Amino acid sequence: MPDEILAPEQIQKKVFPLCLRTKDLKNPASLATYLSIGGYQAITKILKEQISPQQLIDEIKLSGLRGRGGAGFPTGLKWSFMPKDIKGDKYIVCNSDEGEPGTFKDRDIIRYNPHQIIEGMLIGAYIMGANRGYNYIHGEIWQEYLSFHEATREARKAGYLGNKILKSDFNFDLHAVHGYGAYICGEETALIESIEGKKGQPRFKPPFPATHGIYGRPTNVNNTETYASIPWIINHGGQAFSDLGVANAGGTKIFSVSGHVNKPGNYEIEMGMPFSELLELAGGVWKGRELKAVIPGGPSTALVPAESIMQATMDYDGLAKIGSSLGAGSLIVMDQTTCMVQTLKRLSYFFYEESCGQCTPCREGTGWVYRVIKRIVDGQGRSEDLALLKDVSNKISGRTICALGDAAAVPVLSFIKHFENEFQYFIQHKKSMMGQQNA
Amino acid sequence: MPKIKIDGKSVEVESKKTIIQVADELGIDIPRFCYHEKLSVAANCRMCLVQVKNIGKPLPACATQVMDGMEISTKSKFTKDAQQSVMEFLLINHPLDCPICDQGGECDLQDTAVAYGASQTRYTEEKRVVINKNIGPLISTDLTRCIQCTRCVRFLKEVGGMQELGLIGRGEHAEISAYVDKAVESELSGNIIDLCPVGALTSKPFRYTARTWELDRRPTISLHDSLGSNLEMHVKNDTVMRSLPRQNESINECWISDRDRFAYQGLEHDDRLLEPMIKKGKQWITVDWQEALEFSAKKIKESLKKDGNHSLGLLYSAQTSMEEAYLLNDLADQLGTPYVDYRLGQNNFDTKGMWLGCEPDEIDELDQAIIIGSTLRLEQPLLTQRFRRMVNHGGELTLINALDFDPLINLREKIICAPSDYQKILLNIIRSIYELDKKKISHPDIVKLIKKIPADKNNTRWVKKLLTTNKRCGIFIGQNALESYYANNIVFLANYLAEITGSFVGSLMNYPNGVGLDFAYNKREFLDISMMSQRDFSSFLCFNMEPDIDIKTNLPLHAKINQSKFKLAITPYMSDSFKDFDCVLPMSVYSESSGTFINIARHVQSVKAVKKSKGNSRPGWKILRVLGNYLGLEDFNYESSEDVLTKIIHPKKRLIFPKLTTKKLEAKFTQTPKDIEWLKLTRPEDSDMIVRRAQSLHARDHRIDDVIRAHPTTQAKLKQKFYEVQQKGSKTKLSIIPDDKVAPNTLCFYEGLNSKKEKKVTTQDKTKARAYD
Repeated sequence: MPDEILAPEQIQKKVFPLCLRTKDLKNPASLATYLSIGGYQAITKILKEQISPQQLIDEIKLSGLRGRGGAGFPTGLKWSFMPKDIKGDKYIVCNSDEGEPGTFKDRDIIRYNPHQIIEGMLIGAYIMGANRGYNYIHGEIWQEYLSFHEATREARKAGYLGNKILKSDFNFDLHAVHGYGAYICGEETALIESIEGKKGQPRFKPPFPATHGIYGRPTNVNNTETYASIPWIINHGGQAFSDLGVANAGGTKIFSVSGHVNKPGNYEIEMGMPFSELLELAGGVWKGRELKAVIPGGPSTALVPAESIMQATMDYDGLAKIGSSLGAGSLIVMDQTTCMVQTLKRLSYFFYEESCGQCTPCREGTGWVYRVIKRIVDGQGRSEDLALLKDVSNKISGRTICALGDAAAVPVLSFIKHFENEFQYFIQHKKSMMGQQNA
Repeated sequence: MPKIKIDGKSVEVESKKTIIQVADELGIDIPRFCYHEKLSVAANCRMCLVQVKNIGKPLPACATQVMDGMEISTKSKFTKDAQQSVMEFLLINHPLDCPICDQGGECDLQDTAVAYGASQTRYTEEKRVVINKNIGPLISTDLTRCIQCTRCVRFLKEVGGMQELGLIGRGEHAEISAYVDKAVESELSGNIIDLCPVGALTSKPFRYTARTWELDRRPTISLHDSLGSNLEMHVKNDTVMRSLPRQNESINECWISDRDRFAYQGLEHDDRLLEPMIKKGKQWITVDWQEALEFSAKKIKESLKKDGNHSLGLLYSAQTSMEEAYLLNDLADQLGTPYVDYRLGQNNFDTKGMWLGCEPDEIDELDQAIIIGSTLRLEQPLLTQRFRRMVNHGGELTLINALDFDPLINLREKIICAPSDYQKILLNIIRSIYELDKKKISHPDIVKLIKKIPADKNNTRWVKKLLTTNKRCGIFIGQNALESYYANNIVFLANYLAEITGSFVGSLMNYPNGVGLDFAYNKREFLDISMMSQRDFSSFLCFNMEPDIDIKTNLPLHAKINQSKFKLAITPYMSDSFKDFDCVLPMSVYSESSGTFINIARHVQSVKAVKKSKGNSRPGWKILRVLGNYLGLEDFNYESSEDVLTKIIHPKKRLIFPKLTTKKLEAKFTQTPKDIEWLKLTRPEDSDMIVRRAQSLHARDHRIDDVIRAHPTTQAKLKQKFYEVQQKGSKTKLSIIPDDKVAPNTLCFYEGLNSKKEKKVTTQDKTKARAYD
């Protein structure tokens, strides 16, 4: 808990570009730039010194790196699940299918530092014995897909990808895959289906991808930021990475700040920074207004009202304490004039549109929820609607094949929990409590 | 074996079983929509969610494997809550208009809603509407009712062999659809009607004609292919309204082919002959039974007296029951004529005792199978599905045929050659075995033959597999091989190959009661069709067949019937086929008569009539029995068809089926490349009198052109552009179009099509002619 508000210069010191470290250089995405800051040293060292995978996994475990895609599963542990005794093809996949409103960190990593992802994946492939990798880039970003493809070409030409990498016995090739813009394909098994050329729909688990992934082969899927963090850990040691963050949350994290702030953008900072300092970095709430609420990790994480978030630190435990989670680190900041009912309408429309339609609760429930909220916004709300919304959301949650059902329920429940009065006002008066400016 | 507790009861169960399987075995009811025991698990409807102790979420019973120590509650409040909420979700967009839905009364959703649904809806928003798709003449879609369980998608992909339907679109916009402008063409497509748990897919012919509770359900079997699929015919007002499968794991499982399902439309067709008729001058006169029988008996006796006993010929179809066949043969015996046969399509009569060679479900587990001369899906739609499963289980299938007709199975190898070359392919395989182990081949004739041909090195690895003793292998001989002139050689060589490799020979012949008739009469010294086509008759009896269409042999038999002076037909249908006949007696169709049939896997199945005989028609056995009386024959006093059956099958004795026998290998290998061979195919919907009259099966006949197909190289060699063939009893000129799916030197056409006159060949013809394959 911060005792005092730090001066801006002091806050700046906690900014630590690790995944985005080439951002301010000239030609940031090029191989030459990456090599100039010590790129590909980690994999070179590993191959040269024949460091054992187990040793590397121990190092990653020590670093406290947790999956940056949202679930926050310890990466070292996840990598150790990859079966070692199965012969034949194994795959690793980089999940750059960030599709939730307010997420844009992976895009910047690909845009500014693609080679660090490649090196991270090389190390991952070495550790997990994979011979083939894919970077699944989401449908809406075409330029980044092309530039990542270009980066793999450059790396292949320089001998970092392909057969006998750096004259060792290690073979690994990596391909960029362009998605078609389905949010659901960010779910790892739907992503695997999509890579196989099928319709993106999550698979029932078990079996997990670690044993039955792409084409039924062992597969590991990790977030872009996770992979991009790996080379630094190998170069500087797990302890150094862990020291950057706080307990239970090692390293740095990119926060994509959007919404009602003066300087929206990606901020890569050490884990555990108080929210107030991050808000300061992003230039504070715009137009001199008061903060109303924040969605701290993307719409699938619970909304937090201003008074709680101002007391929170930006790490897994810090946000869990106030009933939300870190998610992908996509903050949506809302000022005092925001109408929560209309915001929720927009968010539930997203989940309604993006449900894959495979299993019943999500397919039917997301449409139901959206229509009820839309009806409220249209001035047709009924007194029993809030209870209905809560009940329907609770019935979607936990009963679907993948986590999208849970994700769709989270905003509904958290919005109504914290701003029930606003919803009731809208139902009674058939207009927003916030007046007309946002209607 | 894991020990689990389900609803407080401790049980020990097999590992790898899912909760729903265990519950089904224990008789515990878990509601479900997407789960089906024969299909892959989708776990998408979420109706079967159950509580498992120490797990925070309810788990889908269909996809969760039991584990030691699991405690499952299928009745707890937690479970009920989950299931009721899924039910509510399913119903919000589903039309609640069961009274006007064709599925009403036999709907899984409706039944489950009674148990798990609320009495009133909380959903007041607009409901989803989905535009219907036209997926062909058999299946009607009402896609607004669809609950996206994807059973139909999975069935067509996994059992049908081709994914003809898919779930397109996302979220609430997800809907079942075929490819743009395509119908569902699978020969098993009707099963998705049964699989659909709601009224989204219903039977187009049956739709809105009856309510489920008005129907009497009566068991019978299907006589349209030799598998004898078990059916349940649904009868209302003494009319068969529809046929559904009756589960029989050892025969048809829970599926039937479209032919079996929609053939019932032919049963009540306007062509049904309802009164006996006699030809007076050129006019058909309706008479009563007594007059017709007296007339027939008199005419037959007259001709026998005048031209001798051998002047009477009898032909009957392979759809004929054991009882009827017994009476026919007894009648022939007592009248002293040896000319009686049922093998109307064959050109070689030397092989006897053929059957499937194994139980149908054993096909699933074969390691190797070789199929010779079969357009699988046309002849044996359900057995094809077994072969598909065999390949999915890791078996290897080799197909040798004269037409590249896609069986929708991943084949090890596909060999396309003219029918006369089937023997050579078999010799080739034997030759490869000879290369590996010379001692294996001792038959002097075969040794002599294989020394003449070069060894095929490509075969070696596979042939080694054939020789491995613990592998189970079947060599199946299909319709066009068994009907061909070379049948004896093919069976001889296949049998020899089976002997040296420890495998077995099976038949895929599509004669519905073929195995039964062979069982009863293969020792009989009757003179077969080849003999019959060489002599003249003065009187002729055709039983249960349309002679001009059903006689498919190349031998000039049909002409012999026409030449005889007195022609009597016992037939369910009146048609042009009988225009030259002198007397027709109306016979009941199989749904109106009792009888016994033996299917290709030697299952003896007796059925009873499911309804009364239409009009004044009578079961075949009764007609023959009374005709026998009028002819003054002995022992023709049977009271029931069971009485007749005791003459053939003793109820207490085990049936002893004849062994497979062939004649000697003949030197029928001398085919010069110039020779043209015929491959006559029959579409499933043309295979017998009943299906020929089932309208819905023929709704898309216009898709196929009546043409002859030939390999481009063969077509180029031919001088003429047309060929004259026998099509529906009359000579028809058919144009020849090139098609590389046909083996060289082979001319291929579908028999029994409604022929159009000579026709100019257009570019579209090729695709149109192929539309069926």
